[in-house]
Amino acid sequence: MTRLDTLSHLDWLEADAIHILREVVGQCANPALLFSGGKDSVCLLRLAEKAFRPGALPFPLLHIDTGHNYPEVIAFRDRRAVELDARLIVRSVEDSMARGSVVLRHPHESRNRHQSVTLLEAIAEFGFDACIGGARRDEEKARAKERIMSFRDAFGQWDPKHQRPELWNLYNARVHPGENIRAFPISDWTELDVWHYIQREGLELPSIYFAHRRPVVRANGLLRPVTPLTPARPGETVEDVRVRFRTVGDITCTAPVESEADTLDAILAETALTTLSERGATRLDDHASESSMEDRKKAGYF
Amino acid sequence: MSSLHEFPAIDHGLLRFLTCGSVDDGKSTLIGRLLYDTKAILADTLHAIAATSQRRGLSELDLSLLTDGLQAEREQGITIDVAYRYFSTGTRKYIIADAPGHEQYTRNMVTAASTAHLAIILVDARRGVQTQTRRHSYLAHLVGLPHLVVAVNKMDLVDYDQAVFERIRAEYLDFAARLGIEDVRFIPLSALHGDNVVERGERLDWYDGPTLLELLETTPAAHTERPESFRFPVQYVRRPRDAANPDLHDYRGYMGRVESGEIAIGDPVLVLPSGRRSRVRDIQVGGVSQPSAMHEQSVTLLLEDELDISRGDLLVRPDEAPPTVRELEAHVCWLAETPLSPARTYVLRHTTREVRARVKRIAYRLDLNRLERESAVQLDMNDIARVSLSLAQPICPDPYALNRATGAFILIDESTNDTVGAGMIVEASASPSP
Repeated sequence: MTRLDTLSHLDWLEADAIHILREVVGQCANPALLFSGGKDSVCLLRLAEKAFRPGALPFPLLHIDTGHNYPEVIAFRDRRAVELDARLIVRSVEDSMARGSVVLRHPHESRNRHQSVTLLEAIAEFGFDACIGGARRDEEKARAKERIMSFRDAFGQWDPKHQRPELWNLYNARVHPGENIRAFPISDWTELDVWHYIQREGLELPSIYFAHRRPVVRANGLLRPVTPLTPARPGETVEDVRVRFRTVGDITCTAPVESEADTLDAILAETALTTLSERGATRLDDHASESSMEDRKKAGYF
Repeated sequence: MSSLHEFPAIDHGLLRFLTCGSVDDGKSTLIGRLLYDTKAILADTLHAIAATSQRRGLSELDLSLLTDGLQAEREQGITIDVAYRYFSTGTRKYIIADAPGHEQYTRNMVTAASTAHLAIILVDARRGVQTQTRRHSYLAHLVGLPHLVVAVNKMDLVDYDQAVFERIRAEYLDFAARLGIEDVRFIPLSALHGDNVVERGERLDWYDGPTLLELLETTPAAHTERPESFRFPVQYVRRPRDAANPDLHDYRGYMGRVESGEIAIGDPVLVLPSGRRSRVRDIQVGGVSQPSAMHEQSVTLLLEDELDISRGDLLVRPDEAPPTVRELEAHVCWLAETPLSPARTYVLRHTTREVRARVKRIAYRLDLNRLERESAVQLDMNDIARVSLSLAQPICPDPYALNRATGAFILIDESTNDTVGAGMIVEASASPSP
């Protein structure tokens, strides 16, 4: 038989992610896919379709809503779930606050960190033994160390010093009741791979990923969007700037970048040429200390 | 390197490699250099490193700071676990498995090497071939990496002297020949100054071979090097129930990845271990048909006959079937702090199949310093040994030397669920166990 060519790198990444998704479903009794409407989880959802179609997705979608999300993103999330005929579970940080399991130090504190509590509550409520997430190792240095099937104990804790060795593509997703696996099928993808994949597959994204005009203030080298939740502070100058989001999350901790890129081609060109990392350019919470992501992950963050 | 950020016109796929060598051979600096010279480091990351370098009183940028991501690593200045790094050129994407050279070397090296296709073994030009060089070469060979690159680093510290390089090459080749290592390439370089890593530099003008990156760019991809048998472990069986869609009524999809070889619609298949036969009726990705599937593709196979097939079964071509066995001879690397006990039963995961396994005999343990065999009654963390295993149910393996996907297994501790052993099958004995 004639030998075929090697898979292109994007095809390889896709095949690998599908393999991982199928391992989760093959090994775990009750997984969920974390879907926020952001670009990484849009890719994940597409990969899940490729992995399991025809027929329904073999897991529900789970979104932990901080209550501080852009309305465009929430509308997109809901619409995609309906289009895919997927079961969407939404659990909100505000409910955790009402229950008293999340206590803010001050009312304007970012709720991003507190998603961990709500996530763990949702895991317990539905008895999920695995949560599939769109985290990538190129995002952040603590993530670079994380396994594809990442074990979390009954408190949701990640212990970087005692991770299960991961050899070949023999993944071990076994857990005892109450424990959990966080599975990351796109671990080996980079930001640029994600954009290439979105373009190749013709995937739809929330509109705020594309360049648009928005009121912002400049603070600490970042652009902070001016919204009812994040009004300009005294002395700050509000500017109307053409921006796009590289990463979409909680309004209080996600910053857009100045950009004219209003098409996927333009975004790809910009991503290829940028001199700032995704999180460095956009996240207001990763700067708190050199290990903020690591600390949050140890506490159960996905 | 003007093509780095243009979109790939030619896509040579993806290459996974690891770097190894002694602690101070400059492994982190080499990775830093590769990332830096291929522009994979972005400005904000660079600023953070510059600030830390300055805080530590260093006069130059410490590129090794790029690779130590965890708090404990920064505190102790060591690397404690395998990390993965990424860069791409105009034509290829790379994944580096960055395995720490410190303690726990064996288990980390085996882990990093298990998914890699090439190993870069660093040698300090001043010190030449060391015990660690031999140990890592042996491990790379054992884990079946088809390509080794010996990077003779710190050439700047020996005045870029060709004689030093030639002496190290001769010594290494002599050692490699005894191990049966076939494909070794040698590159003199300075990771610190960047000579021969990505850029050629001028101080090694006597060397006319490829730079390290040129060599990585031209390394053949996995699976293109020898013909392989078709192997398809079934991951998940899909029988969608949808009353509204009568097309799905008889749908039985066998989902999995083509671990090796190829398959096309109409090809005959044999199901193992049951021994039933059928033909491929359709090959799908996401419900869409395609005529054939190649190695490393994740697809869904539909067969002409309704057979009882479940996760853990293996589809092969009838004329290429591996043996169905209940006994194995394997090299096992022990990964856990709790020693391997012949008194216990472990879960053995081979492809998508799980069976219970017991160690019948430890033939010998490898002394990695002397590269000699010694007797052992148990295995401690980082030990590598040749063992005989008996299995509670049969599996259908290939020798690891012929197929890394169907020749490998892991051992799982049933009480903790931890992955405790990594196995490479030397021989599968077809005789049924008593």
